[in-house]
Amino acid sequence: MSASVTESAAYPAGPIGAIEPTLRADQLFIDFRDVWLAYNDELLAKEQFAVEAIDLKVRQGEFIAIVGPSGCGKSTFMKLATGLRRPSRGQVIIDGREVTGPLKISGMAFQAPSLLPWRTTLDNVLLPLEIVEPYRSQFRQKRAEYAERARMLLRQVGLGGYEDKFPWQLSGGMQQRASICRALIHEPKMLLLDEPFGALDAFTREELWCTLRDLWEAQRFNVILVTHDLRESVFLADTVYVMSKSPGRFVVRREIDLPRPRDLEITYTPEFTAVVHELRGHIGAMRKEGAEVAQ
Amino acid sequence: MNRKWLERLSPLVLLVLIVLLWELICRAFNVSEFIFPSPSAIWTKLLEFHSVIAQHAWRTFWVTMVGFAISIVVGVLLGFLIGSSRLAYTAIYPLMTAFNALPKAAFIPILVVWFGIGVGPAVLTAFLISFFPITVNIATGLATLEPELEDVLRVLGAKRWDVLTKVGLPRSMPYFWGSLKVAITLAFVGTTVSEMTAANEGIGYLLISAGSSMQMGLAFAGLLVVGAMAMAMYELFSFVEKHTTAWAHRGSQNH
Repeated sequence: MSASVTESAAYPAGPIGAIEPTLRADQLFIDFRDVWLAYNDELLAKEQFAVEAIDLKVRQGEFIAIVGPSGCGKSTFMKLATGLRRPSRGQVIIDGREVTGPLKISGMAFQAPSLLPWRTTLDNVLLPLEIVEPYRSQFRQKRAEYAERARMLLRQVGLGGYEDKFPWQLSGGMQQRASICRALIHEPKMLLLDEPFGALDAFTREELWCTLRDLWEAQRFNVILVTHDLRESVFLADTVYVMSKSPGRFVVRREIDLPRPRDLEITYTPEFTAVVHELRGHIGAMRKEGAEVAQ
Repeated sequence: MNRKWLERLSPLVLLVLIVLLWELICRAFNVSEFIFPSPSAIWTKLLEFHSVIAQHAWRTFWVTMVGFAISIVVGVLLGFLIGSSRLAYTAIYPLMTAFNALPKAAFIPILVVWFGIGVGPAVLTAFLISFFPITVNIATGLATLEPELEDVLRVLGAKRWDVLTKVGLPRSMPYFWGSLKVAITLAFVGTTVSEMTAANEGIGYLLISAGSSMQMGLAFAGLLVVGAMAMAMYELFSFVEKHTTAWAHRGSQNH
């Protein structure tokens, strides 16, 4: 194995915090402490959890990716991290505070861009500022200032000149860029992306990887990226977590220490391929187990 | 270009053809004016009685508009309630469907007992018959919000109200305008039916009195006027719909 690649560790069952590198409290941003979630009381009584025994420690500004088979609880994990759901057991601590409701410091983007068709691209990007404080109360007075900020953000992702177009006049890739701008306009500390590039063609997808990489390099917010695409996860993330299916739990944690900034060229190096291959191995093993159980 | 014009003019062309055929049949078979008047006979009556017809038509028009206005207010509020709360949806929807299945004409005798002959029953019949489509459409527009979009906003700490006003309502506008087009025609039906038994004025009353005195030409002229008014209002809402919610009709406009 190449020197630039660290050992990955397969987790034993149960809490896995011990394997994580120790972090000082002030470096910690996301801290899941033995988190279990059942969707309702009935399922809780039957001990059927959507995700279980999640222990996760993420540094300030770290880019993590979560990969796993579909239906493995990745989206549930996102809901926990944003405070849309509270855990049945355990604690979620983000930015030093226990999460008890929607955080307002996070932005989200999904596979579907879900822009509002009656608003222009610019107005779509401005939407969060009409909702989240402190922008909300100043929105009328400072609209011009905010619009300028949105225009700058749109230029950064290559959408300069499309501000006044409606979403349905943009291509899929452009809509997704606008959707990411909308997730970032209120300068969130945490960006959550749920398979954001899943519906795009391969070339557009790689372009958007670079867009996301540049935005992250510039602002260093925390990112949680949920994806099916192993190359995407290895190219973008500092740490990749592999999640198993029902019950959803993290089975592998893999630090990616390919040098940054990463260029698309890196995806053709043997080091990169080795990591992708290794992750593929974990997922393949899991799928096989799943198949055996099914029989 | 030619094809486009043909498409645009096609309703007019069809109308002219039907009128011509009608006239032709009446003349060819020498149909009595007391049974089935020809278009030209109807037109003569329309001119002859134009001031009487105009007076009754105006009455029917404003009565319908009052009933329709009430049904917009009630329809939107009820639709908002049903669409924004699952409990309200479950509780109200079945009852409302049952209510909608009742023939509204059957309410008229009761309304006459309560409000007497005249404007009251007509306005209320117009309202009762036309609020349902508005309610259903607003409720559907609100209830079919994409969950992802809702999450995007809720993560920001958006309250229910924010989601409804920023996304739900604008999103249901095309449904709303669409429902008005259906509702206005129903409202005219309601008013006319009510006037037939419970009024001394209005096109409905005119139809009944013309019929009972064998003035078939006049009765048909009355029908023509109601049809024209409903059609004009329909086109008005159609126009407003196209110009306020163009984003929802982009497919048909681009081609």
